[in-house]
Amino acid sequence: MTAASDVSSHAIARARWRPAEIAFWILALSCAFLFPSRYLIMTDILRLALFTLSLDLILGYAGIVSLGHAAFFGVGAYSAGLLALHGIINEPVIALVAAGLVAMVLGFLTSFLVIRGVDLTRLMVTLGIALLLEALAERFSNITGGTDGLQGIEMQPILGLFAFDMFGKTGFFYSLIVLFLLFLLARRIVNSPFGLSLRAIKNNPLRASAIGVPVNRRLIAIYTIAAFYAGIAGALFTQTTALASLDVFAFERSADLMLVLVIGGTGYLYGGLIGAVVFKMLQELFQTITPQYWLFWIGLVLVVMVLVGRERIHRWVLWVPNLVIRQLFGRKAVVAVPESDAP
Amino acid sequence: MSIRSQILLAAGSVAAMLALAPAHAQDSIKIGLILPMTGGQASTGKQIDNAVKLYMQQNGDTVAGKKIEVILKDDGAVPDNTKRLAQELIVNEKVNFIAGFGVTPAALAAAPLATQAKIPEVVMAAGTSIITERSPYIVRTSFTLAQSCTIIGDWAAKNGIKKVATLTSDYAPGNDALNFFKQNFTAGGGEIVEEVKVPLQNPDFAPFLQRMKDSKPDAVFVFVPAGQGGNFMKQYAERGLDKAGIKVIGPGDVMDDDLLNGMGDAALGTVTAHLYSAAHPSAANKEFVAAYKKAFGQRPGFMAVGGYDGIRLIYEALKKTGGKTDGDALIAAMKGAKWESPRGPIMIDPETRDIVQNIYIRKVEKVDGELYNVEFATFEAVKDSGKTKK
Repeated sequence: MTAASDVSSHAIARARWRPAEIAFWILALSCAFLFPSRYLIMTDILRLALFTLSLDLILGYAGIVSLGHAAFFGVGAYSAGLLALHGIINEPVIALVAAGLVAMVLGFLTSFLVIRGVDLTRLMVTLGIALLLEALAERFSNITGGTDGLQGIEMQPILGLFAFDMFGKTGFFYSLIVLFLLFLLARRIVNSPFGLSLRAIKNNPLRASAIGVPVNRRLIAIYTIAAFYAGIAGALFTQTTALASLDVFAFERSADLMLVLVIGGTGYLYGGLIGAVVFKMLQELFQTITPQYWLFWIGLVLVVMVLVGRERIHRWVLWVPNLVIRQLFGRKAVVAVPESDAP
Repeated sequence: MSIRSQILLAAGSVAAMLALAPAHAQDSIKIGLILPMTGGQASTGKQIDNAVKLYMQQNGDTVAGKKIEVILKDDGAVPDNTKRLAQELIVNEKVNFIAGFGVTPAALAAAPLATQAKIPEVVMAAGTSIITERSPYIVRTSFTLAQSCTIIGDWAAKNGIKKVATLTSDYAPGNDALNFFKQNFTAGGGEIVEEVKVPLQNPDFAPFLQRMKDSKPDAVFVFVPAGQGGNFMKQYAERGLDKAGIKVIGPGDVMDDDLLNGMGDAALGTVTAHLYSAAHPSAANKEFVAAYKKAFGQRPGFMAVGGYDGIRLIYEALKKTGGKTDGDALIAAMKGAKWESPRGPIMIDPETRDIVQNIYIRKVEKVDGELYNVEFATFEAVKDSGKTKK
């Protein structure tokens, strides 16, 4: 077997849908019917998942760290808000794509700044861009509504058929469909030769350029795509809450995003989704128990999580299910700890 | 890598979600209290939460035979959190009231929900005039900036202050404060020499203060939200504006009682117009201050009074409806309600659902070694003059 065909067969094998992945999405869909009273928090999770997916694309696959990803989220959010508020594009789906494209243009323009440096520089540059945008949004408060936010956004029904309701049902399904479609696209991207070349760049940019991968162009491309994803997440936020205020650009949003990805794990797409679920559930749990000091507990859990290590937590969580599986299907069927997490 | 293991993790989290689903208690009345308990506005949230607890301790948790249950949620003063929390409280917990709201954007974000769900929204803190116009179910027990700013504007013009520089936070209440002050102050013959708007989040006042000092006004008119006043006064003293003979005037937010004592002597002589001072000389207030100090170890500020009267309004309305929780009936019961609050006599205006209260002109003085806002003039039953619909 030649090396080339070996690589491609390996890539194809990776790209194949696994039963567990299908089960994941069925589970996500079934949540809609299992917890009909919790649409809002679930929509929140979906938005965060999409946003984290965006960061995973650049951090997990191309190794670009960012502390300013909220910049694109915010641009998407304000674009969607302004489009709806001034009645420029009334149809939410088209407005969603348009808002994503605006963020994408910004991503393309700023990518030239970001690819210039290495990690620390990138952190600073991305952080700076987000702060800049936040200050601009504050300065031009006649357009953005400043600290008060955009008031009076009214969303038209999706495709003219499905109106946003108070219980957030429409918003949830809308977000779920958007997330799923964009996930499919992301999955296609990372398993394509383009995606593989990104991994090569992440592992060793010098070597990647030596074998003929145009490093900078690839990085610009993925950064632009990630900006599009973040913009869509922002637009979803505005459309499902009918709000957009300065905190869409907030540093906390970018920092939380990093945490979510660390919890979930980078570089396999599902990390963002799982991280979002875990993070929001923890937040919700602690906020319910102690509205005043929940930050303390969530901080404690994060520290413990990092100290204990994800792989060990996985093993603990999987212990009981594996015990059952072993009894039923034999030793081979047990669910293993992800390779990337094995010590 | 195994994705299956990840999925099992997710399944575990979903199970956790189930555990969080609320249990529905029977025959109790639920109040969803949404406050900023973390972040920059946390002091507002804490005061109101304390005051609500205090009132319920003093008056029991049963009204008209029904148990009152308060569900506290932290929105961090971020409007999209407020909206989500309000929505969840209404949909999942089936609350009969939503209350709290530390800042104007938060109160506005919840307004459409109150209208849709037909439940009263009791605003205990936020002070922009337009709030009560956003939904027929909004009632306010705090204050509006128009109330205090028109009065301090008149007072300044009549008391020998000719030139004023203004410093206000750049958001809806700040703009309200500026406009109403300007309107009355210039009508009385005063002149605004410098107008500065500072960002709401983490403002650094120093560069602005230098500009103010250079423009040599008789006084600076200041509005910053409760909680930022201490920082402002510190920088005001550092830049030597007090030594330059420039007075501070404004609505009382900057001289909030819970921070006042820490501001030091630079604050002495500051004249503000406001609805409440912990030094208000009435029996009701002395009792309130003593009880609050005993329970929480600090002085109550005007936010605490807003919360105290807010929960009282809910109690009074329930008494009138005999425990019935129909939103329209409750709002009807709240209209025109009046009583003697720690701040003085108050009433809910039947037309605007906004508060009608006395506004006091106060000066910071030392009483028993502590700084207090000592009231020296009273304007009785001041209505909000800031409504757009007259």
